[in-house]
Amino acid sequence: MTLNTSRRGFLKGAAAASAVLLVGARPDGALAGGASQGAKLNPFVKINADGMVTAIVKHFEKGQGPATGLTTLIAEELGVSMEDIAYEFAPSDPGTYNNLLFGPVQGTGGSTALANSYMQYRQAGAAAREMLIQAAAKEWGVKASTLDIVDGQVTDGTNQAPLAQFVAAASQLSAPENPRLKEPSEFRLIGNAKVQRKDTPPKINGTAKYAMDLHLDNQMVAVILRSPRKGALVTGFNDADATGIKGYIRSAVLPNKAGVAVYAEHTWAAFQAREALSVEWDNSNAEMRSSDQIREQLIAAVNADPTYELTETSAAKAQLSMDGAATVLEETFYFPLLAHAPMEPLTCTIEAAAEGGVILHDGCQFPTVPHGALSQILGLPMDKVQINTMFAGGSFGRRATPVADYQVEAALAFALTDRSRPVKLVWSREDDITGGFYRPAVAHRVRVGLNADGDIMGWDHRIAAQSIMKGTPFEAMAVHNGVDHSSVEGVTQSPYVIPQQHIGLTDVAPATTVLWWRSVGHTHTAYVMESMMDAAAKAAGRDPVEFRLSYLTGDGADQKRMADVLKLAAEKGNWGAAPEGRDQGIAVHKSFNSYVAEVVEISRDEDDYVKVEKVTCAVDCGVAVNPDVIKAQMEGGIGYGIGHVMRDEITLTEGVVDQSNFPDYEPMRIGDIGAIDVHIVASNEAPTGVGEPGTPPSAPALANAIAVSGPRVTALPMINNGVDFV
Amino acid sequence: MTLNLKLNGQTHQVEAEPGTPLLWVIRDELKLTGTKFGCGVASCGACTVHLDGEPVRSCQTFIEDVEDAEVTTIEVVDQNSVGAAVQAAWAELDVVQCGYCQSGQIMSAIGLLTENSKPTLEEIDDYMSGNACRCATYQRIRAAIVLASEKLEA
Repeated sequence: MTLNTSRRGFLKGAAAASAVLLVGARPDGALAGGASQGAKLNPFVKINADGMVTAIVKHFEKGQGPATGLTTLIAEELGVSMEDIAYEFAPSDPGTYNNLLFGPVQGTGGSTALANSYMQYRQAGAAAREMLIQAAAKEWGVKASTLDIVDGQVTDGTNQAPLAQFVAAASQLSAPENPRLKEPSEFRLIGNAKVQRKDTPPKINGTAKYAMDLHLDNQMVAVILRSPRKGALVTGFNDADATGIKGYIRSAVLPNKAGVAVYAEHTWAAFQAREALSVEWDNSNAEMRSSDQIREQLIAAVNADPTYELTETSAAKAQLSMDGAATVLEETFYFPLLAHAPMEPLTCTIEAAAEGGVILHDGCQFPTVPHGALSQILGLPMDKVQINTMFAGGSFGRRATPVADYQVEAALAFALTDRSRPVKLVWSREDDITGGFYRPAVAHRVRVGLNADGDIMGWDHRIAAQSIMKGTPFEAMAVHNGVDHSSVEGVTQSPYVIPQQHIGLTDVAPATTVLWWRSVGHTHTAYVMESMMDAAAKAAGRDPVEFRLSYLTGDGADQKRMADVLKLAAEKGNWGAAPEGRDQGIAVHKSFNSYVAEVVEISRDEDDYVKVEKVTCAVDCGVAVNPDVIKAQMEGGIGYGIGHVMRDEITLTEGVVDQSNFPDYEPMRIGDIGAIDVHIVASNEAPTGVGEPGTPPSAPALANAIAVSGPRVTALPMINNGVDFV
Repeated sequence: MTLNLKLNGQTHQVEAEPGTPLLWVIRDELKLTGTKFGCGVASCGACTVHLDGEPVRSCQTFIEDVEDAEVTTIEVVDQNSVGAAVQAAWAELDVVQCGYCQSGQIMSAIGLLTENSKPTLEEIDDYMSGNACRCATYQRIRAAIVLASEKLEA
């Protein structure tokens, strides 16, 4: 069953049916049920009078799997097969569809989709099940306790009847407050590796609709000519050369003077007209620095006293503890700016709706932010702004910005029209690569002292970064005592028990817009922690796995889970027994409450060019709801991590981004990575993140493999720092 | 200019200026959106279609150059045995994540298996190197091509 078929089925059913069972949460959080006609509920579960079940998915689907995961939770508790449940994306309504880990905000991020929805969606499915059973029990004149729902049929063990038969009666009942949830031993779908993705069918035959694929009647395409420098303002433009382009409509300066909106009848005309436009910029407040200067500033910062002290252990104390050390290791690390470059360039469409409202069609990651932004810019009350969430062609963090950047552009472009025609904003790949919102550039400096036995005596760790969260609406949540947690996470709160560890942070002034990028702070903290653990093990003459395990002892669950994935990855990856001509590197890291260890195996050809031959991964993410989706996320997270450290960086020359498209921001290619073997730790702990945690250990595991018979790479990307790849 | 475009077995009269990439005619004029815009410079392969059975990047194929050719897009590839086998393998192994590049991946995979029904892993990597996947579904793409090859042999 495809999504399209299901949707048609639902619409048809809804129109024809007098009763549709809805189960969902009221704004106060309590479960509630009722008939759909006129019912003011925003449900998680819909059941048509014809028995078709639809899960309402509150998280957007960028490939990470919630369309399958949240649907699985409903299907499991309700008692229907995965084939007999459809899904649709929730409207923007933070009162009902908020991320329970984010507060009153509807959004996807931080690898939280399943973690925050696990109990909520199971309860919604279980409540629906109990209401249907209650209705059936009444009709059959039996006790509810004698009935069950199996594969979409209400049954007493002998007789059975389809759900459709009881939908009308069930919709008159109130939802139970505490529906019984299934025991793990009763699970048929949760943890079942054979459950397949719900979004596969439309994504292999061209029918899946991404925001880029929307084509509304009478729509205009708008592209924006932005300043190559952050902070520059438009002072004038000339479109004389664009007027001859067939399909070109007009251009207009955006009200914030950040660029010129170019309107055309279709995409190609818009791109061409933009090429033909000449614009004058006022650069007096524009960013004119180069990335070399940013790098120097970061390195200087980690060599000075940090602004923020994060540990009771001071730098002086950590230093003192290294007095008399047999070995002191010191490394300075540099991480460049990185673009997210999701496969689908950014795009969204705004159209006028009934009663003066608008609809935003978007692969919408964080509905609450653009919802508010559109309401403000277009001068509409919140209830006049609707959001239609469509498939997103990747994100890696890019589609969620604290300022709703591209949706704001679309709203500004729409506001400059008479609003009679839908406006589809399209970004090109060049817009994407040069458009800001990068993983921040970061430096670390670490000193580790080892005694004669090869044990750590002290660890002095300084980080300098441009803060992601400061100055955004997320500051209150993510910044405490001046410390942006996302700059240091992974060095702080590491499960390693390290003696005499000092951690300090210095913020550097903004140079460009920065943003969370798949695994956020862990993109650099895991690299540094795991490179230093490896270097320390090597200097101590100890096995890197044994060395790490000696800092993961004790009874703490945190240490045990980290140690267990490390041991599992080592075992499955034949740690220490690499085939002839191969080198292995290992890394382990906790992020988003999940524990992941990876063994990377590389070969070198006659010219010393490196190839990533094999990656073995062990993950503990609590209950594995969709094991195959988890494996896919580990595979993808590993590729994303390794691909970027191999070749990619964003650099600036006098404020202008030097890269522009894939040829100079080279994506990982199929030949760059061999087999990836993923092992999931069996667990009954609450489910934790999987979208991001595969990424952090991948790059240091590669770096550690390279360091076996090559350099220890402390500045990225690797190709600019002494490593060549096949 | 008006020209005839033979696409998916039908002839369409389309209106487009010379130099217009085939991609935008397919997407914006014919509204077949399975063929994706990813980079516009033939670097990512998301826009891959078949021109007389051969994979080409439609973002760098110009409309005036295809008038005598037969264009095939993702929407109809299940109509031949190789296309159906590739799609079946993609479904079986749940290759997709975000899915945005997968039309192009499938079009290239069909091109590969049409000219080489039993490719080695090296041949797969070589042939598919122009199709980027930012979700890095590469190992499943490789496995699905091997599986499709086996399906075609059976």
